[in-house]
Amino acid sequence: MDFSVLLTDLPTLVVVIIGVPLVLAAYIVGGEYLVRRLPDKSRPAVRPWIWVAPALVLVTGFLVAPAIGTVFQSFQDKNGVFIGFQNFAAQLAGFPTGGAWIAIRNNLFWLIFYTLFVLAFGLLLAVLFDRVPYESVVKSLIFMPMAISSVALVVIWKFMYAYQPPGQPQTGTLNFILNTVFHQDPRTWIQDETPLLGLFPLNDLALIGAAVWGIVGFSLVILSAALKGIPGDLLEAARVDGAGEITIFRRVIFPLMMPTVVVVGTTLVIFALKAFDVVYAMTNGNYNTDVLANRMYQLLYNSHDFGGASAVAVILLLTVIPVLIFNLRQFRAVEARR
Amino acid sequence: MASVTYDHVVKRYTADLTVVKDFNVEIKDKEFMVLVGPSGCGKSTALRMLAGLEAISEGEIRIGDRVVNNVAAKDRDIAMVFQSYALYPHMSVYDNMAFPLQMQHMKKDDIDKRVKNASRILGLDNFLKRKPRALSGGQRQRVALGRAIVRSPKVFLLDEPLSNLDAKLRGQTRIELQKLHRDLETTFIYVTHDQVEAMTMGDRIAIMNAGILQQVGTPGEIYDHPANLFVAGFIGSPTMNFVPATVDNGTAKASGLEVTLPKPVGATKGTLGFRPEAVTDRVVDGGPSMQMKVDVVERLGSDQFLYGQVGSDQVTARVDPRMKVDPGDTVRLGLDTRSMHFFDAESEKALI
Ligand SMILES: Nc1ncnc2c1ncn2[C@@H]1O[C@H](COP(=O)(O)OP(=O)(O)OP(=O)(O)O)[C@@H](O)[C@H]1O
Ligand SMILES: [Mg+2]
Repeated sequence: MDFSVLLTDLPTLVVVIIGVPLVLAAYIVGGEYLVRRLPDKSRPAVRPWIWVAPALVLVTGFLVAPAIGTVFQSFQDKNGVFIGFQNFAAQLAGFPTGGAWIAIRNNLFWLIFYTLFVLAFGLLLAVLFDRVPYESVVKSLIFMPMAISSVALVVIWKFMYAYQPPGQPQTGTLNFILNTVFHQDPRTWIQDETPLLGLFPLNDLALIGAAVWGIVGFSLVILSAALKGIPGDLLEAARVDGAGEITIFRRVIFPLMMPTVVVVGTTLVIFALKAFDVVYAMTNGNYNTDVLANRMYQLLYNSHDFGGASAVAVILLLTVIPVLIFNLRQFRAVEARR
Repeated sequence: MASVTYDHVVKRYTADLTVVKDFNVEIKDKEFMVLVGPSGCGKSTALRMLAGLEAISEGEIRIGDRVVNNVAAKDRDIAMVFQSYALYPHMSVYDNMAFPLQMQHMKKDDIDKRVKNASRILGLDNFLKRKPRALSGGQRQRVALGRAIVRSPKVFLLDEPLSNLDAKLRGQTRIELQKLHRDLETTFIYVTHDQVEAMTMGDRIAIMNAGILQQVGTPGEIYDHPANLFVAGFIGSPTMNFVPATVDNGTAKASGLEVTLPKPVGATKGTLGFRPEAVTDRVVDGGPSMQMKVDVVERLGSDQFLYGQVGSDQVTARVDPRMKVDPGDTVRLGLDTRSMHFFDAESEKALI
């Protein structure tokens, strides 16, 4: 290996390894020194700010500033000329199939089904596994997909959804089952837009299904911890009070898990709104499976439409922020109960 | 309202871990039965088998005439107060008490009537809207009681319900529970490891040790006629004096005293037992007496306890509080022969 790069960059290395901690230490010592000079009364008011300031600077520089930049860009054309709401108008034109509308529709589907399925499966598995032997082994197995990169996940699910014309041996797991067990023609799972219940395209649900498989371990583990946190004697008391197991779940277990369910749920809503990787790797938004994050990526890197991409980003940001605030509040409420 | 019968009941967790062994008790209808014993002896397990929270390994439990071995907890019509109270934290006090009635699909008005009635009896009227979190320990304990009494169950189970209360509140609640038992006219089974609670509250007491039932009887019977060494030592405070003794011709000889036994015992070796109150400063002419070298003097105002050596044995005496004694003194004490116990050396069973 060639270490000469390290040598030429030696000054930078020294600055990074020694300089940065030194500056931070100097900042803390200096700040504390200044605070001590202050009159007794104002010290408690000033001191916290000395400590948060570095974090505030970092957040401002790397998060708030780019966000504001994006908002500006969403009002500009390619040449940086201010053009008002034209980018937004372009994205929101042509309802229901033009502009970003397909992506918006699909994000809505993601929001509903991804969140619902992950919560429902997580809850169901948590309750079922609560009493099986080897619980931790089973839970680890379900958690495993969380450790897989999304691209690998898509590769796996492409095998699941693989399609061969009727009459040929089916290599896809689902089509194989469809063919051999139900004696039906194979389907092109990720291209087939047939709406289920007249509303929800099959391929959208196929994508969501793959994503659900990847994340269900997350909700299982958190919900399972919440379930374990319920004292056993509460359930015994309910049993003696005359409640059956389903009533106990409905009246005792679920209400006690509710705060956790809400936190997991809102987190999943945010994941659903940000959905990108599975769509990008599976269909790249084709066959009307596009979502906002993927559309933003396409606008940016394929169309070089910075204004349009920024407009989509702003739309996404505006929908996520209320959920985020709610989530934080709820999280604090859960913490406060401990 | 019903009797409860334990018929040769066994609880086994694994092949070589049996925590309740051949348990036989008949608890009468409307009786206040106290189950007492040292920690870990299987009291809670015995109670939980009755409640249906623990499977019965062998034998039979009957409520009234009905064998309940295979009846689910929810169908046994039993109310239980847990040591931890086990209140539903997400429900108000009102809903906590209403819950068992809702499980019986009772009408809203009737539920309301019963909950209001129970809360009046227990002095919870002002707390009905609160969550358990916002109550003191004593108030929570009342809610737990309330949740049990609203139902008018067949049997009322209490597993150390007072152990989380301070001494004063415990005393008060003890009296209230007895009153409650009288008013409700229901069978109560009360588990405790506190012998004072057992002696003061129970119509009858069942004493357990290491999973085995030792004796069942009224507090008086158990105090005056303990069936074996364990019961004699467990009940009473300070504990009964035990001195090893040999018997010769109806006279028991210990290292520092000699006493004529009131009855023949048919054994030559064993343990002589007598309670501290049998050792007094009144020495009867011709009666048994002993010399005690006093180690510790404990003055309680109404009583004075002396702890010291008689011969080579440790003995406790309860003497007149006005008697002047200091540690290191040697005093002459008398022994009341009317409350004399003698336990077999092998079986530890009471022979007198
Ligand atoms: N699930 C279990 N598996 C194995 N052993 C158990 C189990 N539950 C309880 N035991 C054992 O059974 C014995 C009796 O327990 P139990 O709870 O009935 O005692 P207890 O008399 O109520 O004691 P305490 O006064 O401390 O409450 C204990 O030795 C305990 O270790
Ligand atoms: Mg116990």
